[in-house]
Amino acid sequence: MTNPDKTGEGAGTAGREAITGATDVVSAEQRERHKDHPRRGRRGGRGRGEATRVPDADFRSYHGRPVLNQIVWEARDIGGYLFLGGLAGASSVLAAGAEHTGRPELARPLKYTALAAISGSTAALIHDLGRPERFLNMLRVFKPTSPMSMGSWILMGYGPLAGVAAVTAATGWFPRIGRAATIGAALTGPLVATYTAPLICDTAVPAWHEGYREMPFVFASSAASAAGGMGLIVAPTAQSRPARRVAVGGALIEVATSTYMERRMGLVGEPYEQGRAGKLTRAAKALTLAGAVGAVLGRRSRAVSAVSGAALLAGSALTRLGVFEAGVQSAADPKYTVVPQRRRLEERKRAAAKTG
Amino acid sequence: MSVWTWLGSWPVLRQVTGEDRMGLGSAARSERSERLRPRTAEADRVVKSVCPYCAVGCGQNVYVRDEKVVQIEGDPDSPISRGRLCPKGSASLQLTTGPSRRDKVLYRPPHGTDWEELDLDTAMRMVADRVVRTREETWEEEYEGRRVARTLGIASLGGATLDNEENYLIKKLFTALGVIQVENQARVCHSSTVAGLGTSFGRGGATMFLQDLQNSDCIVIEGSNFAEAHPVGFQWVMEAKARGAVVIHVDPRFSRTSALADLHVPIRAGTDIAFLGAIINHVLTEEKYFHDYVLEYTNAATIVGEDFRDTEDLDGLFSGFSGEDRSYDVTSWSYDGTEVAAASGDRGQLYRSQGDPHPSTRHSGRPEQHGSGGAVIRNPPRVDRTLTDPRTVFQVLKRHYSRYTPELVEEVCGIPRDVFERVCEHLTSNSGPDRTSAFCYAVGWTQHTVGSQYIRTASILQLLLGNIGRPGGGIQALRGHASIQGSSDVPTLFDLLPGYLPMPHMQEEQDLEGYVKAAGEPLKGFWSNMDAYTVSLLKAWWGEHATVENDFLFDYLPRLSGSHSTYDTVMAQIDGVCKGYFLMGENPTVGSANSRAQRFGMAELDWLVVRDFSLIESATWWKDGPEIESGEMRTEDISTEVFFFPAAAHTEKSGTFTNTNRTLQWHDRAVQPSGDRRSDLWFMYHLGLLLRERLHGSEDPKDRPLLDLTWDYPMEEGDDPSAEAVLREINGHDAQGRPLSMYTQLRADGSTSCGCWIYCGVFKDGVNQAARKRPGREQDWIAAEWAWSWPDNRRVLYNRASADPEGHPWSERKALVWWDEESGRWSGYDVADFEPDKAPGYRPSDDARGVAALSGVDPFIMQADGKGWLYAPAGLNDGPMPTHYEPQDTPFTNPLYGHQRNPTRVLYPHELNRYHPAPDTPEASVFPYVVTTYRLTEHFTAGGMSRWTPYLSELQPEFFCEVGPELAAEEGLEHGGWATIVTARNAIEARVLVTDRMKPLRVQGRTVHQIGLPYHWGPNGYSTGDAANELMSISLDPNVHIQEVKALTAHIRPGRRPRGPERVALVEEYRDRARITERTGTED
Amino acid sequence: MTQDESPSRKGFFTDTSVCIGCKACEVACKEWNMVPEDGLDFLAMSFDNTGRLSADTWRHVAFIEQREPLGHQDSGVGRPAGEGPGPVNLGMPSFGLPGQRTGEHDEAEGGDFRWLMSSDVCKHCTSAACLDVCPTGALFRTEFDTVVVQEDICNGCGYCVPACPYGVIDRREVDGRAWKCTLCYDRLGAGMEPACAKACPTDSIQFGDVDELRERARKRVEDLHEAGVSSARLYGEDPDNGVDGTGAFFLLLDEPEVYGLPPDPVVTTRDLPSMWRHAGAAALVLLAGATAAFAGRRS
Repeated sequence: MTNPDKTGEGAGTAGREAITGATDVVSAEQRERHKDHPRRGRRGGRGRGEATRVPDADFRSYHGRPVLNQIVWEARDIGGYLFLGGLAGASSVLAAGAEHTGRPELARPLKYTALAAISGSTAALIHDLGRPERFLNMLRVFKPTSPMSMGSWILMGYGPLAGVAAVTAATGWFPRIGRAATIGAALTGPLVATYTAPLICDTAVPAWHEGYREMPFVFASSAASAAGGMGLIVAPTAQSRPARRVAVGGALIEVATSTYMERRMGLVGEPYEQGRAGKLTRAAKALTLAGAVGAVLGRRSRAVSAVSGAALLAGSALTRLGVFEAGVQSAADPKYTVVPQRRRLEERKRAAAKTG
Repeated sequence: MSVWTWLGSWPVLRQVTGEDRMGLGSAARSERSERLRPRTAEADRVVKSVCPYCAVGCGQNVYVRDEKVVQIEGDPDSPISRGRLCPKGSASLQLTTGPSRRDKVLYRPPHGTDWEELDLDTAMRMVADRVVRTREETWEEEYEGRRVARTLGIASLGGATLDNEENYLIKKLFTALGVIQVENQARVCHSSTVAGLGTSFGRGGATMFLQDLQNSDCIVIEGSNFAEAHPVGFQWVMEAKARGAVVIHVDPRFSRTSALADLHVPIRAGTDIAFLGAIINHVLTEEKYFHDYVLEYTNAATIVGEDFRDTEDLDGLFSGFSGEDRSYDVTSWSYDGTEVAAASGDRGQLYRSQGDPHPSTRHSGRPEQHGSGGAVIRNPPRVDRTLTDPRTVFQVLKRHYSRYTPELVEEVCGIPRDVFERVCEHLTSNSGPDRTSAFCYAVGWTQHTVGSQYIRTASILQLLLGNIGRPGGGIQALRGHASIQGSSDVPTLFDLLPGYLPMPHMQEEQDLEGYVKAAGEPLKGFWSNMDAYTVSLLKAWWGEHATVENDFLFDYLPRLSGSHSTYDTVMAQIDGVCKGYFLMGENPTVGSANSRAQRFGMAELDWLVVRDFSLIESATWWKDGPEIESGEMRTEDISTEVFFFPAAAHTEKSGTFTNTNRTLQWHDRAVQPSGDRRSDLWFMYHLGLLLRERLHGSEDPKDRPLLDLTWDYPMEEGDDPSAEAVLREINGHDAQGRPLSMYTQLRADGSTSCGCWIYCGVFKDGVNQAARKRPGREQDWIAAEWAWSWPDNRRVLYNRASADPEGHPWSERKALVWWDEESGRWSGYDVADFEPDKAPGYRPSDDARGVAALSGVDPFIMQADGKGWLYAPAGLNDGPMPTHYEPQDTPFTNPLYGHQRNPTRVLYPHELNRYHPAPDTPEASVFPYVVTTYRLTEHFTAGGMSRWTPYLSELQPEFFCEVGPELAAEEGLEHGGWATIVTARNAIEARVLVTDRMKPLRVQGRTVHQIGLPYHWGPNGYSTGDAANELMSISLDPNVHIQEVKALTAHIRPGRRPRGPERVALVEEYRDRARITERTGTED
Repeated sequence: MTQDESPSRKGFFTDTSVCIGCKACEVACKEWNMVPEDGLDFLAMSFDNTGRLSADTWRHVAFIEQREPLGHQDSGVGRPAGEGPGPVNLGMPSFGLPGQRTGEHDEAEGGDFRWLMSSDVCKHCTSAACLDVCPTGALFRTEFDTVVVQEDICNGCGYCVPACPYGVIDRREVDGRAWKCTLCYDRLGAGMEPACAKACPTDSIQFGDVDELRERARKRVEDLHEAGVSSARLYGEDPDNGVDGTGAFFLLLDEPEVYGLPPDPVVTTRDLPSMWRHAGAAALVLLAGATAAFAGRRS
């Protein structure tokens, strides 16, 4: 039985799927859309006037409802957690390098930054819990299958190191322990900066999961750019060259990898360009690039460096918020869940038909 | 806790030391999970109960811990429900233990603006005072010169949700008080069933039982939304389907029932007789009837008298019609050669020919007494077994339906010819010796001005197809309240005494003999023992006081003088005649037609007693009703005193519900009710005590019935009278006090006592048979040892018809009961609905009387001639054969006859109850659409139980209307938005659900749009909305006074309804436009 | 993950071809598990006013109205043999099976419309993402091979919510913890069946050993195909699917996405090793890059 109406009449236009044949009574807005895009109006769950690079996808859904449950995390908490973790981890690496290469004016503030950032990151995570008083349950199990569990243990390892590094730096007590802690923090820091990528990619959220290969690099480079940016702010230009290098390198890699990631994901990358996520991502890239340019051009000016550093920090933060928001948007639209899966199925069917 | 135990319980350590290295399973198990037990396992006891919602009667297990109900779920032992429950049943715990139930008595003084709390004792005394006062003030010893000994000043409504024992006490006490306006939901739900099935077969209950549907080969569900209204019963339809049965759903709407049917037939609401009549025509002309069955077991061969004229001859009228009072003299409907005998169905049918000047019994609901016993005929009528005589019932029937063709069906019902033919094909190919078909219906058939005749049409069809009394065959009346069958059997109905004995009428029934005579003096069949049933009832009520000498105190019974149905009561309230009103588990301002009239009636009362779980609309209209909002009433002006008594739930009392299978199922009390909550048994009993105390020593003859009443039940914990003792009284006992085991033991000499003769046997051997709970899985599909069915524990009525005239099953496949030559008895799966030792070859002598006059081939033992009635020479007020008439409010003319609507329908022209213009007038276009009402799975009737239950409310949170996309486009209705629906009675608003499930129909060359309205909502409760019944008119079936709410006309417009006085103005505007006067709609 | 002494795996087979959309499952579940009522929202989605599975809805009945011929739906549950008049195949034609119809009859027989209903629930995946990602061990696999949240452990981190490819588990706003179907873990322990399956009037929800249910489900699909219901298909039961088979699977009459189900979900943790490798690489790159930044001449 062929049925011309089978392709999800009005999916996404709240409640219409169930009302097949009721096209006469669609809202004015819908009628408008029918007129402009007869095909899209019937299928699309997307808003009007948005550029789509991906060809229209045929798909059906349940009354236009999302397949996935919406992410319950607060953007501020979890975005902040991602950003601050990255900042802390990369700062520890820079601090160790700075200390090793005799740049105390760069090392010390970055140690403080690492401690402050990791404290903030942890605080944001706890704040986002439904039952903050049960935070310690995070250490109840050791689960390699759970990035958040692993992250908690990493934090358990890294946090005290970063703390000791910062406190010894501030007080000058136990310098040997301080050095050891600094090195320890530098070795665990990159993990702190990158584990959050698996954390968000290890979900069913299409815009996150599909980017799991690039996301760690985006996060790592974004962390580098943030820590470098922080270095530009806190250190005198005389000591900030490595920070500048890290900042610029991180920024460029960040923009490159994230752009690559969004492109590669195809349909699922759409949310990174649309709506709030699109705005955040674009702003993040602009700030990051501007920061990088400023960092290079203003390398002799402490002020310009500091402003550039701030731009980089902001860019890094917005990157995480953009990623977060893209995840929210991709989870909210059934298209991003259904279409890729449907394609995968069809490909498998085709492959099976070929071999069979 | 030591460090080591603490560490030992650390899952990380368990991960390292145990097998669950990844921490995904046992290592992560918490302490709570370790200790977890289901709360049912910790219950102190499990109490067997029955679901309090619909009449499927699902078994429930109630788990009690520390004297609190902690869980209610399905009882897997029940052969009816097999442990399953619908959402309502599943929400029983929330219903009974949730916070929305009230537990304090509330009182609203005259003109009061708010409730006050009152202690229970004071409230009871106040109510007793008011009953005594009002009764005194309104006592009516005589009416038009005849003794009636009654009061019309007090009325009571409710009983279908109550136990049989409670209904029994209500009827007993009120009758003794001379209160005759005792009614319940059965009136507005299924009263036409009793008349329709009763006149056809002899009893007013479903002919089959739900589980037997699994044996059907074709199930036609029409006038019912089976899957939604009776979900657990629907499992038996699914069972049949799994075995290859065809399921057909005929309904205006595509409902959840249609979704599971093989065929959905959309029909214009209110045209089922045309549809079924055309199938009858098809069966007759195509000779698809079951010849031997029809010949032997129906009255097909009987010859109708010469004077009879059909609607075909008189343009829509039968012979004997008088335009003056719009009624029939049924003399000319009689069989040829039979002496004109008053019919028990309606003795008043003959009054004109007898020259009696007094008010007739025509409006006394007489047809409803066929709940157990058909109309009376005296002499054996003439027959032609060749069925060729033009005056045989067979030929009369054939002529009557000859114009009911597929073309007519298309024109009247909007059903395409090929669909119609498909239904015929399914039905006829699945009927016969080897196969059986069943009809299932509910209030989609009953609630019409021709309601009784709807059921008659199906009865005729099923008789022709040979589907009655056979496994998988029959007519299943799906009843909607836990004990609505019971509340007809042990009636809280104005026209009946227990067991379908008629309430005596002032006309000619001044003594017992006259009463039995007036009932037609049945000579043949089981109804001929009516005197024994009556005397035993009087003995049950007045015990030793009732003697042969005083005519067993027959005089203690008050007399009827006409219709005293719930709608007459409403009118009497508006007129100020009825001053006091009891509402017991019923919410008429939502559940009865014309809610507005209901409230105007209540506003004229002196006092109102409401017994319910929560503050339903019928309890609070004086402070927040729609008329308060519109300014038509002011709270301060309303002088009605209102008492609210919180009621006990089914888990808090013992008793029996009679389900739709006619099965009495006992439910045990699980816990004591808290606060002021009390059972209706408690309420009636203690009210009775207070009244007797108040009138103690009175010499006034009108007080004697109350003071002499047997009112001494043993008490149980919590001051509750023993329900079991009441059931024993209903069952009856002999002179020695031994429980009777069957109604054949009843005697007219005063040696036996029995509160309801058809329930005789429920306490057989002194054992509460209704409490038998032998698990269904340990029994065959009849499950005879689960509870007890009336009559005599028979599950399939008229099952003698499952065997051929010789007593052999018609086919092996459809064997049910058969004559066992060896033992000389009827044997089989079910208890034979026949004298167990009456051989098939038995033929009565000419002078045989009573049961002996029934032959061995008379399966319909309650009928005067032992036959199923294709043609009803007496018994119904609106014709011997069903005829298509248009509904009261209809957009279409009747293409069959000049007489458009049921000429005998009962109307109440009143300012509050205006009717719509006739369809052929220009004004008719003001109300162009057809409205039909229905139930949803998620809610229950007037919502008193479901709208206060959050788990149910969230599933259907708002009142909505269903419209098709075409209508939505026509009127600009927005999906998910609001619409206002208007009739000449009122205007309501509803959310709009546009759906293809509402299909426009082509009728008489034009398209008709239908609007679907679930009727559960009202302004109170957790989920709220307007009541669909605001739109309805009071227009009634002439037999049983059931209202027409399944088909009417209305207009619909986008947007919310106006607030305040503008709502009234809007209705006025429509009325003006339609030029509605008090004459409108009263034409033919 | 099951221990050796464990009972067999338990699960649901939801046969939507016999679902009457009564929502008894939703209510029975809420009554037993004391799940809060979650709002009076008129959704205008056919008869679905629940909308989706969530922390406060562990069973959700979907309603889909379609302009397609009526699906042939029957119960497939038979009375045990030998009780009263049994079924006899008289060779009568069976009516109304879409696959058997010729085009011209489609309109008349069964109309051109169908209303699908389906009760959705947690799938209790063999490879369960929610369980994998839970950092506290609040989610765990029981001896019945079901996946359950332990309310005394859950700290409401919310990670399981986006991890679930079916949109099942959710965090309850007022309470801060994650909730979902437990397959009535407490009842199973006492040998009782889950509340929803017990209530289901037409046995659309069947509970039992997963192995046996799978067999039953496959047989049911075969029967339906034989009867001409070509649209019947199983969803989730395949042990080779993206979640290695579900403990709760379904017989559907249309594509999964029509019911709001993902057509080909894959447990996200299947890619986790690769994610860790990428993260590790990125960490090394960060370390190396930063180190490189310090290389060269001091300035």
